Amino acid sequence: MSGNFNISSSPHIRAQITTRDIMIYVLIALIPAACFGIFNFGISALTVIAVTTLSAVITEAVYQKLMHKRVTADDCSAAVTGLLLALNLPPAAPWWMCVLGSIFAILIVKQLFGGLGQNFMNPALGARCFLLISFTGRMTTFVYNDVVTSPTPLAAMKAGESVDVLDMLLGNTAGTIGETSAVAIMAGAIFLLVKGVIDLRIPGTYIASFVIFIILFGGRGLDGSYVIAQLCGGGLMLGAWFMATDYVTSPITKNGKILYGACLGILTGVFRLFGGSAEGVSYAIIISNLLVPLIEKLTLPKPFGKGGER
Amino acid sequence: MEKCKERLYNGLIKENPTFVLMLGMCPTLAVTTSAVNGAGMGLTTTVVLVMSNMLISMLRKIIPDSVRMPAFIVVVASFVTIVQFLLEGFVPALYDSLGLYIPLIVVNCIILGRAESYASKNPVLPSVFDGIGMGLGFTVGLTAIGIVREVIGAGEVFGMRVMPSSYEPVTIFILAPGAFLVLAGLVAIQNKVRAVLAKKGRNMPKTGCGEGCASCGNSACNGKIFAVENEEQKGREEQK
Repeated sequence: MSGNFNISSSPHIRAQITTRDIMIYVLIALIPAACFGIFNFGISALTVIAVTTLSAVITEAVYQKLMHKRVTADDCSAAVTGLLLALNLPPAAPWWMCVLGSIFAILIVKQLFGGLGQNFMNPALGARCFLLISFTGRMTTFVYNDVVTSPTPLAAMKAGESVDVLDMLLGNTAGTIGETSAVAIMAGAIFLLVKGVIDLRIPGTYIASFVIFIILFGGRGLDGSYVIAQLCGGGLMLGAWFMATDYVTSPITKNGKILYGACLGILTGVFRLFGGSAEGVSYAIIISNLLVPLIEKLTLPKPFGKGGER
Repeated sequence: MEKCKERLYNGLIKENPTFVLMLGMCPTLAVTTSAVNGAGMGLTTTVVLVMSNMLISMLRKIIPDSVRMPAFIVVVASFVTIVQFLLEGFVPALYDSLGLYIPLIVVNCIILGRAESYASKNPVLPSVFDGIGMGLGFTVGLTAIGIVREVIGAGEVFGMRVMPSSYEPVTIFILAPGAFLVLAGLVAIQNKVRAVLAKKGRNMPKTGCGEGCASCGNSACNGKIFAVENEEQKGREEQK
């Protein structure tokens, strides 16, 4: 087709930014959390991150090669999935668990549904839940400061113990590799906000609705340190800023994003307060992922000139 | 006799109820947590299927068309009750592990489907062999799913350890999501095999419509799928 008569469907104005750029921004934004995880948990965390990320990229490349598709492993989306999955694993995860999780995320959740842009739920979280159901013991046993099975702050709170809020903000606690430090996660999130990769609607409404839910039903009322501990504990920060905002599995309409955030906050609150385990972010996000087509249908904006009063 | 052999082949491979017709998904997904449960469920269904096909085929000229469904259900339910008591008396372990799914055989769509589409229109002997073929096809399907789920999810086959002791079972495979994963995987594999065989020139119908509606278990279709298939086939040939 000649360059002068290139007829295509909208959008006609194209941004310079590519998928690859966005994925690299996300990777950069995850560096503080990853580095803090390595600093906090030592060399085993580095191994988990390396093995998981590498096997995710290799899985994507091998699958696309075998299926005679264009190999898109260099757009870094598999690397982001792998890194996010690694940050969701306990530092003592054995290598085969990392590889299995990566293969499940890339092969079953992402590629079998059509690859990037077609997956119905967040691949990293899908794999995390797969591993959590399959290897509950390993996924919930946390080693910290050479103390085996030290409880995460959330588990301790659920058991009625008190926790140090400052430690939770900084991240000097047990937990998965990337979730412990709220400060490191926020540093990455601010970078993404400044770059315009994510907007405040989803994480903002997620955190706001979660706080309201905790104040209403948490049984402690307006107890500031309890609310902050709930916010910084578990995967909430990592989930709200990096996984709920995944482009593929979140609504594209503005009102839809707010509705989606509210769903996430309420579900997380329900799972944490009334569920069997202390943590509920990953299930809340993948369940809300499944609601996204419905939310988008509900909040479809009216075209100009339609609707309104007669 | 030729007809009987054809019915066996039809049930086991060409129109395998689990992998091709996708009938009876409820027991397929629910009870295949182990190979023993899968085989037990399959054989129980086979017995009921053979007996009900036989009786319905005998009664096919007596049952009025307008009340055939209630009549079929009464026949099937009688045999299921007999089989249930036999299981409870002689293999209580299997009876316990299959639980609720034994009475549910009454509403298994394979049994009603075969009664409706085959046994009520054909003589006794082919109907019996149709029941045997379909039942064994179902048994093979369920046992295959059960074996895969048991190996991955528990490291065992028929209760015997097959994986090395360092193998950690992937528990999700003996839970509900694993049933869907394994069923989808096995269907994908057999679709691939069929595609390869079709390429080599062996004629394998894509759906169960190859023989027309007389031998099809999908009574809800009323010939619609067959018509669509034929149109598609014509369209493909015209394009060539």
